[in-house]
Amino acid sequence: MLGFVLSRLLTFIPTFLGVTLISFSFIRALPGDPIIVMAGERGLTDERYQELVRQYGFDKPVFQQYLDYLWGVLHGDLGQSFVTKRPVWDEFFSLFPATLELSICAMIFAVALGLPAGVIAAVNRGKLPDRALMSAALVGYSMPIFWWALLLIILFSGMLGWTPVSGRISLLYYFEPVTGFMLIDSLLSGQKGAFASAASHLALPTVVLGTIPLAVIARQTRSAMLEVLGEDYIRTARAKGLSPARVNGVHALRNALIPVVTVIGLMVGTLLAGAILTETIFSWPGIGKWMVDSIFRRDYPVVQGGLLLIATMVMIVNLTVDVLYGFINPKIRRR
Amino acid sequence: MSLLDIRNLTVEFATAAGPFRAVEGVDVTLEKGEVLAIVGESGSGKSVSMLAIMGLLPWTATVTADRMAFEGRDLRELSPAQRRKIIGKDMAMIFQEPMSSLNPCFTVGFQIKEALRQHTDLDRKARHARAVELFEQVGIPAPERRLKAYPHQMSGGMNQRVMIAMAIACNPKLLIADEPTTALDVTIQAQILDLLLDLRRRNGMALALITHDMGVVAETAERVSVHYAGQKVEEQPVEGLFARPFHPYTGALLAALPERATSRRLPTIPGVVPGQFDRPAGCLFAPRCRHASDICRARRPEPLGPEMGRARCHTPLTADGNGVMQPQRMVTT
Repeated sequence: MLGFVLSRLLTFIPTFLGVTLISFSFIRALPGDPIIVMAGERGLTDERYQELVRQYGFDKPVFQQYLDYLWGVLHGDLGQSFVTKRPVWDEFFSLFPATLELSICAMIFAVALGLPAGVIAAVNRGKLPDRALMSAALVGYSMPIFWWALLLIILFSGMLGWTPVSGRISLLYYFEPVTGFMLIDSLLSGQKGAFASAASHLALPTVVLGTIPLAVIARQTRSAMLEVLGEDYIRTARAKGLSPARVNGVHALRNALIPVVTVIGLMVGTLLAGAILTETIFSWPGIGKWMVDSIFRRDYPVVQGGLLLIATMVMIVNLTVDVLYGFINPKIRRR
Repeated sequence: MSLLDIRNLTVEFATAAGPFRAVEGVDVTLEKGEVLAIVGESGSGKSVSMLAIMGLLPWTATVTADRMAFEGRDLRELSPAQRRKIIGKDMAMIFQEPMSSLNPCFTVGFQIKEALRQHTDLDRKARHARAVELFEQVGIPAPERRLKAYPHQMSGGMNQRVMIAMAIACNPKLLIADEPTTALDVTIQAQILDLLLDLRRRNGMALALITHDMGVVAETAERVSVHYAGQKVEEQPVEGLFARPFHPYTGALLAALPERATSRRLPTIPGVVPGQFDRPAGCLFAPRCRHASDICRARRPEPLGPEMGRARCHTPLTADGNGVMQPQRMVTT
């Protein structure tokens, strides 16, 4: 197992280099000059412009700039934001808990509803529950999430007034972050109503971000279950006189989980991409919004560093998924 | 009262091309402690009829019967929950493929204890002790260690022993074995059959053995019922069947046994079992039967009397192995 993890870690190296190269070249391929953007509407003199070009190393060949950047990365230095002058590393980790909290909640939402929905659909194959659930999943999957977010805001925030429209917590509450997770910190702070406020802020973004993973997980669970339900060991389980709930929920689901876990791992990438839209719509102070703002500002170090860190997260999640396979189904455990 | 008394069992599958009758008017009777062999080619409906009794058919199947009694209780009148109390406890089944019949995600110990938890009041420790005892009974060496193994870590023969241990966990009164040795090596086959017969003798359970191996039938069964294309075409005590088959299909099956062969080439039965689309109007075996006449092709035969092995045949075999038109059949038809 350890050898497997180490060998997988080795494959991270080319992926890691690829991500640095792609993020480095793509942001430079975009039209626009970070120094002009920084100067804003006031503009700046030619001499000052040349000075800044030299200061940021833009006068060197692009290849040299890349190597400099890579050298920094290897030493744990992701550079400083052009805009805030703070290290990318610090910015990322002050914002990441917000995204992580939102992503975890969205994933829990998607798995908690998607797995049962897929199981119910598979067990009632071709009947009304199956058709209803799978049509709903298709709608959920096809819907643009910004539109879905706006619909939910109109209904729950606008018409019903149940949830706030933006932010992580009401301005009435203030406490120092401990974990960075608002749900936990609000509880730790002991302030009355803080947790409810944090939860109500989190509700809509969670639903919006979790909708596509929910739909994908439901459909994947259904198809995996259908395959498994025809297996001999399901017949054996039924021949033992086990209840349908146990046959489907234990014997079938455990086997159907492999493709579902694969999809969940892949969805983490989608989730972080979806977080960009969701965070922008709900003004959620996470890395999604941070990345979008940085792209508009041509804040090269932030875009490069942020992408690299996000890619690393996705790689780690997928490694975890590979390790999980062996725990779910010992037959495919690597020796 | 018979242990199992099934009358006129019919199973139909709903398929895209319309209903398909896999079992047609089959009677099954089984006394306590008896060994019944059910033989027939692939597609003769022998497995399906047993799965119907166990209630294990997929939802596309419709099961009808005039009577479906187990220990005098009509299975059709039980709710699914009531039926699950019988299935796996008083009536158990083992299958053809031991490797795929056990769940790869759970240890065999988990799977056998699960059966115990479902049907007995034993606590965790007692279940473990019982599982060890069962593994010893079915001849699994080092049971304590084997309980922790996963199915893929054991051989097919060992897995079939686990399946048997699981099936007999609650001392069933009836064990249905669906070709339990087909997927195993020849040397293991004999061991598994001996084990089944031994358990049956010790526990006094009835055994319904589905097979297409006439050699197995001769060694194990007390009574044999021969199925063809969803019908039971003949039923006799084992000695009688081997000495004097009445149905030409039974005769042809026996003639195909290597030990009975008289020429260098084994005799075969030409053709295949009729499927959904080529079901004959008359006797289902008529297209492949050497003795078929016009009436065979025109009219389905009804079972003859018990003295004729209840053979579904217009021209049952005589003692010298030739087909002869039954005079009384001609009058009634």
